[in-house]
Amino acid sequence: MKLIIAMIQPEKLPSVKAALFEAQVSKMTVTTALGCGQQMGYDETFHGSKTEINLLKKIRIEIAVNDHFVQKTVDAIIKGARSGKDGKIGDGKIFISNLEECIRIRSGEIGKEAIG
Amino acid sequence: MDLDLNHLDIVWVLLTGFLVFFMQAGFAMLETGFTRAKNAVNILTKNLMDFSIGSICFFLVGFAIMFGTSPVGRQTDWMFSFFFFQMVFAATAATIVSGAMAERTKFVTYLIYSAVVSLFIYPVSGHWIWASAGRVEGAEGWLQALGFIDSAGSTVVHSVGGWLGLAGTLVLGPRLGKYSATVTNTNVTGPQALGKARPILGHNMPLATLGVFILWFCWFGFNSGSTLSGNNSGIARIAVVTCLAAAAAANGALFISWMKFGKPDLSMTLNGTLAGLVSITAGCLHVSPASAIVIGFLAGTLCVFSVLLFEHILKIDDPVGAVSVHGVCGAFGTLCVGLFAEKAYGGVNGLFFGGGMHLLLTQLIGVGAVFLWAFGTGWVLFKFLDLVIGIRVPRNEEIRGLDINEHGMEAYAGFQIFTTE
Repeated sequence: MKLIIAMIQPEKLPSVKAALFEAQVSKMTVTTALGCGQQMGYDETFHGSKTEINLLKKIRIEIAVNDHFVQKTVDAIIKGARSGKDGKIGDGKIFISNLEECIRIRSGEIGKEAIG
Repeated sequence: MDLDLNHLDIVWVLLTGFLVFFMQAGFAMLETGFTRAKNAVNILTKNLMDFSIGSICFFLVGFAIMFGTSPVGRQTDWMFSFFFFQMVFAATAATIVSGAMAERTKFVTYLIYSAVVSLFIYPVSGHWIWASAGRVEGAEGWLQALGFIDSAGSTVVHSVGGWLGLAGTLVLGPRLGKYSATVTNTNVTGPQALGKARPILGHNMPLATLGVFILWFCWFGFNSGSTLSGNNSGIARIAVVTCLAAAAAANGALFISWMKFGKPDLSMTLNGTLAGLVSITAGCLHVSPASAIVIGFLAGTLCVFSVLLFEHILKIDDPVGAVSVHGVCGAFGTLCVGLFAEKAYGGVNGLFFGGGMHLLLTQLIGVGAVFLWAFGTGWVLFKFLDLVIGIRVPRNEEIRGLDINEHGMEAYAGFQIFTTE
């Protein structure tokens, strides 16, 4: 079992969700985040003073999947989140980590059934 | 001639004018609440500036076109108070449009529009209907001469604003993501995007509600002040009539939206309340309190259907419902005078009180003429501006939000706003 964490541009969320639904992945958790990577920040002004904001708004998606779903999920996320054919700096990153255990609270199921 | 310098008249017109000025705050809060947080600074600045630019333009040129005299040439107390009152009315018409064109209009283009509307578009149609109020001998507009009635400006102010807004929103096209054929189709833009309407949620219902309450309160100034005289015995009746219409409209909109959507909808009810206020504005000097309740209730109901018509059937994106509230219900209220006017109040009877079709037909002529004028000149103006400097922000800017791109600042610094569109 794996936990896939993706950081994407906020405006890409609708297309990432749609791509995931097409790949039969419909369970996820979405949170807002601030982040920076290679993308440069932007300038903001207040009362005549300028400051550089370099923590940019991001969306974080967490999806727990069985091993055989990992590639499909990653492909779907990339399909939805990459800008155009060649992509752009700021498109985001995907992290994959091992998931120890997964338990469904309602029924107590564990493992593959709980993720499914 | 400034005749009997009646101090009560001057005080009355001035105080009610102060109330009408405060409508700018009402519109600002309403429009901010009904649109997204990432565009809040932009719409607030537009509201601040359309008054600031419009008032000066109206002072310089617009007032003279509308009334045939200048507050510079005749500096009397009466003239100043009358000018002040008319200036805040002109500003009300101008600020309606920022709502219909919200979330995608270039700031500089909007500033230019504000100037043109106050210099020329509003004063011309205003002249047709209110010219003689300026007390210049011989000044009378052609609609006035026909017997067209618009007590406080359903047509002069609200319809003009509404139809200008319609022209603007048509030239702009819908917001990105408003009409999408499929969820993945986020690249579709422009008037060809005729998919299903997706709701773009207003981000602050408390502000929107505050806006409506401010407008309701200030409307007492708008309507009662339009007698232009504190000695007029009708001012109290007009306030009552105004309030009843608004209340009835709120009921109408609530009831209809409850029936149609299964739950009472605050955003529809807020718009419905305003629709009631807009629609009673034409007839507030001429109709009875009972008629006001009927007119208000119908306007509130009509507003709901109009919003649905524009949103889902005509697929015209109007972020705050300005075209429905001000254009459609302004016209409706104007026509209602032809039905509900009573001789005892204003000297003429409408259809329902034995006056026959004459007044109703006159009202219809006025509504049609002002529609052609406001929509026509608006269309030409926006098309021209689009050609010369562009009217719509680029796609990426619209997605990131106008606040950062047009103004370099945020409305809610320190808050994390969940934006996914």
